[in-house]
Parts: sequence; structure tokens; C-alpha cells
Amino acid sequence: MKLLVAVKRVIDFNVKPRVKMDGSGVDLANVKMSMNPFDEIAVEEAIRLKEKGVATEIVAVSIGPAKAQETLRTALAMGADRAILVQTEEEVEPLAVAKILKGIAGEENPDLIILGKQAIDDDSNQTGQMLAALLNWPQGTFASKVEVAGSDLNVTREVDGGLETVKLATPAVVTTDLRLNEPRYASLPNIMKAKSKPLATKSPGDYGVDVAPRIETLKVNEPPKRSAGIKVGSVDELVGKLKALGVAK
Amino acid sequence: MKTLVLVEHDGSHIKDATLATVTAASQLGEVHLLVAGKSVGGIADAAAKIAGVGKVHVADGAHLEHQLAEDVAPVAVALMASHDAFLAPATTTGKNVAPRVAALLDVMQLSDVIGIEDENTFVRPIYAGNAIATVRSKDAKKVLTVRGTAFEKAATSGGSGAVEAVDAGGASGKSSFVGAELSKSERPELTSAKVIVSGGRAFGSNDQFHGLLDPLADKLGAAVGASRAAVDAGYAPNDYQVGQTGKIVAPEVYIAIGISGAIQHLAGMKDSKTIIAINKDEEAPIFQVADVGLVGDLFKIVPELTEKL
Repeated sequence: MKLLVAVKRVIDFNVKPRVKMDGSGVDLANVKMSMNPFDEIAVEEAIRLKEKGVATEIVAVSIGPAKAQETLRTALAMGADRAILVQTEEEVEPLAVAKILKGIAGEENPDLIILGKQAIDDDSNQTGQMLAALLNWPQGTFASKVEVAGSDLNVTREVDGGLETVKLATPAVVTTDLRLNEPRYASLPNIMKAKSKPLATKSPGDYGVDVAPRIETLKVNEPPKRSAGIKVGSVDELVGKLKALGVAK
Repeated sequence: MKTLVLVEHDGSHIKDATLATVTAASQLGEVHLLVAGKSVGGIADAAAKIAGVGKVHVADGAHLEHQLAEDVAPVAVALMASHDAFLAPATTTGKNVAPRVAALLDVMQLSDVIGIEDENTFVRPIYAGNAIATVRSKDAKKVLTVRGTAFEKAATSGGSGAVEAVDAGGASGKSSFVGAELSKSERPELTSAKVIVSGGRAFGSNDQFHGLLDPLADKLGAAVGASRAAVDAGYAPNDYQVGQTGKIVAPEVYIAIGISGAIQHLAGMKDSKTIIAINKDEEAPIFQVADVGLVGDLFKIVPELTEKL
């Protein structure tokens, strides 16, 4: 089984995003950037499938600026075999990302494509579903468990009411949720080894994809701020507050 | 503008998130609904009574019983030939189906919409709600998912929409439903509860989480939520998670207990009307957004609070 994993370079999840003064976006200058946490889970899942002997090759893909190479090197250090960077300095929307990934899938013929369920910058939660639609493949979104059974996958999904399991015929698309696994840290020797793994650089044009945005950002504001209220000193005072709110009798 | 709203239901009831989505759709224009499922005549009749609904399109078929995205999306895409906007609630069902519809229509979806300024201009949170973007869609047709807490719920009566059967298509044959483990609870649903008590990792175990929070929730008629840390630690099931990538809630009162207040958690609850925090660390970030704070040991405070209510 051949696997494709898609990874995105985003603001580190520990950094508090700051809106630019001119309202044009979020300030990413001199901010720590990392692999999107859900994509780390995707890479980890691919590696575990390879360690189980189910997967034979893992190709990591990123669509983004030259610096997304670092993100791909991280995927390679974790255990991916080779990488493809589709380089563009433009911001690429999920629909265009899905189209580029479809182009790559056409060349690589993977049996399974694993992606994070959402990127923590634009919080869209679209790319995997769009890719599955464009390829006319089935999708297992928000996965907390993936089991390979012959040429089928059993994917357990985190849904609003609990968990749901679906069976998908491969080739298929899976998007990861938090409980799927705990990603490993790359070891120093593996980080060194990753430097010599193959990394091909392409452009969106190589896949015939127009990345011109369909959505124009007019302005980006800070959300209304909440401010700290009062502290009470005892449970009795808290009960009084709850009564005042009409929550307790 | 003619809109098509995906009705979220469990086979017997329409979910509240649908009602907020209907309100969002009514701001764009005429509201049509899509009910997809197996033996959903009753759902369709209930949907037709929602205030402001013009028409209910019903796709009824055995293969639609579990509303798999592979089977629902083509039905929606066919109907979009005669509609201008497709809206789904930003629930796990809506988020599963809508992008599939968008891609098949070659439209860039607007996720988690919290405001509609005009038929091309929408407001949505990004970066875990730390920034609010106003965006303009250049696509001729629109595809949106709608955040339920951002719009009033449409009334479930007063409407008199026409119910019309549509082609339900066939099974894709590529995916099938195997089973579900759904949490059963007599308590209100998290996303529509007026009061939520929510617990964090500080509870230390599954037994202590439920042993302390459940009686408090019962006293308050509240839903129980959890931070990611508590879910990851196995104290609560995944469907309890409140946060950026879990459920977005905005109750009248949100009581955060033993939750430090990571930005990912705040993203899911900071639109609550009143936030109450109980935490032993007085420097915990949760106190920066809490209207009422109590510093102390939850193992003493929670039983005492439950007792005194």
C-alpha cells in the first residue's frame, strides 16, 4: 500500500496569534512556525502503517512557500520516504490545494491519502473532503482509528454524538482527529538522515492548477475582548452569584 | 437568492443546529431545505413547519440512512442546479458533506460563518477565533457551513413549506456504515444547553470526573463538557470536547472547573454569556476571561457547591 500525506506549515499552536494593526491579516513576521498539529498526526499514522508492514512507501507533500521545505524535512525525519514541495508564495485556498493534490495523486497512484482534518490557521476543515470529491474516492473524516482490512479500511470517526465507524474501499482519503495517535518526535540521527532523503520541488502550474483566490479578505479584526471579572472568596458567594444569574434556586 | 439548507437529523428529530442555519439562509433569500435519509417522511413534515421555509426537497432511500457524504453530496449537487447557495450546520455531519458539495460545484466553501453582510460578504473566525475575517466570495454559487451559536434558531412552527420528493440517487458502493457508539445521556445537548459544567485534567481520573461533575450538572440541569486534556486522558468521551476543533458552545452560563484555559479551549466557549472559573492556580489564563472566579481545590469546592445548590 502506497501512502500520500499532506502537511501544512502554520503558526505554532503555542503562539497566540496577533491581528495586524492595519486589519490586513494576522502578523506572522518573526513568529514560530511548525507543522500543523493534525498533519503531524497524519504523518504518524502513515509511519505506523508502514511499521506494521501494511504500507510500503510514504510520500509527504506540502503546498506553500520555500520555507515549507522545513515542514517536509520534519515529515521525512519522522519517517516519510520522500517529499514533494509544490512551491508558491501565494496563499493557496483549500479548493486549489485539493486540485493540486489530485494532480499528484494522478502521478503517484497512492492507495490512501491522509491529511489533517483542519489547519489551525484558517480553520477551514475542507481540503480532505474536497480532494475525495475531486478524485471520486470515499472519505473517512475526523478519524480516531484506522484499520486496514484487505483492500478496505475501517475508519472510526469522532462525530458530535460519539463515534461512528465506516468501511471504505481503497483508494480513499482519511482526515485525522486528535485521538488517532500521539505523534513521535524525530530523533537527531533521523533528522540528519532526512537531509539526504529526496525532496522534489514543483509549481502549481505543473499540475495545471490556477491558484487565484476565490475568496478575498476584506479585513481582519480582533474579536471582542472579554475582561476578567471578579473573584469570590467562598462557595457561598458563588452560590449567591449562581442564584443571581437565575441558574440556581 | 435561492438557498438550500441541509437538514441535520438523527432519523427521528431535527437537530437544533439546522434551525440556526435556516436563520442564516433567510438572510440570503428564499429558504429551501434538503432532507436526506431513509423513511424520512416525518422529518420532512416537521421541516416544512419551520418558520420561513419555502420548499422541502426529500431524498428518501435506504442507502441514505446514515447520510454518508459520498451518497448525500451528489443529491445536493443535483439540486444546486436550481439554487444559488448551499448551507449546512457546522457540525460533524455538515463539515463532512459540505466541502464535498463545494468541490463538485467548483466553489470555495466559507466555513463556520458567524455573520452575513450581504450575499457575497461573510464573517468567519480564523486562528481559533483569535481573529475575525470579513471575506468576499467571488464564486457565483455559495457553499457555507454555519456556526449554530451565531444565529438565532428559527421557530419550529409557523411554516408551511411544500414537500417534494427528489431523486435520491444510488449508493456510491465505495463506503458503508459499520456501526456507531453514541453517548447516551438524559442531560441537554452541549451545543444547545443553557448551562454547561466543564472539567479539565485536574480531575485526575474518569471516576472523579464523573463522580464530581455529574451530580453538579444534575443539580443545575446542565450539560457536561470537557477540555481536550480531559478527553485525551480518557476522563470523558470525545463528544464532550469543547474547543477550536471540538464543539463550539455559547450557553448562558459556562462553569469551567480545573481547566487552565488554553487558547484552543477558549475558542470553543468564550462567547458564553457568563463564564465562571474554579481553579487552584490563581494565575490560570481562564481567570482572564471569567466573569466570576473562585480560587481553590476543586475536590473540596465541587462537592460543597453541589451540596449547597
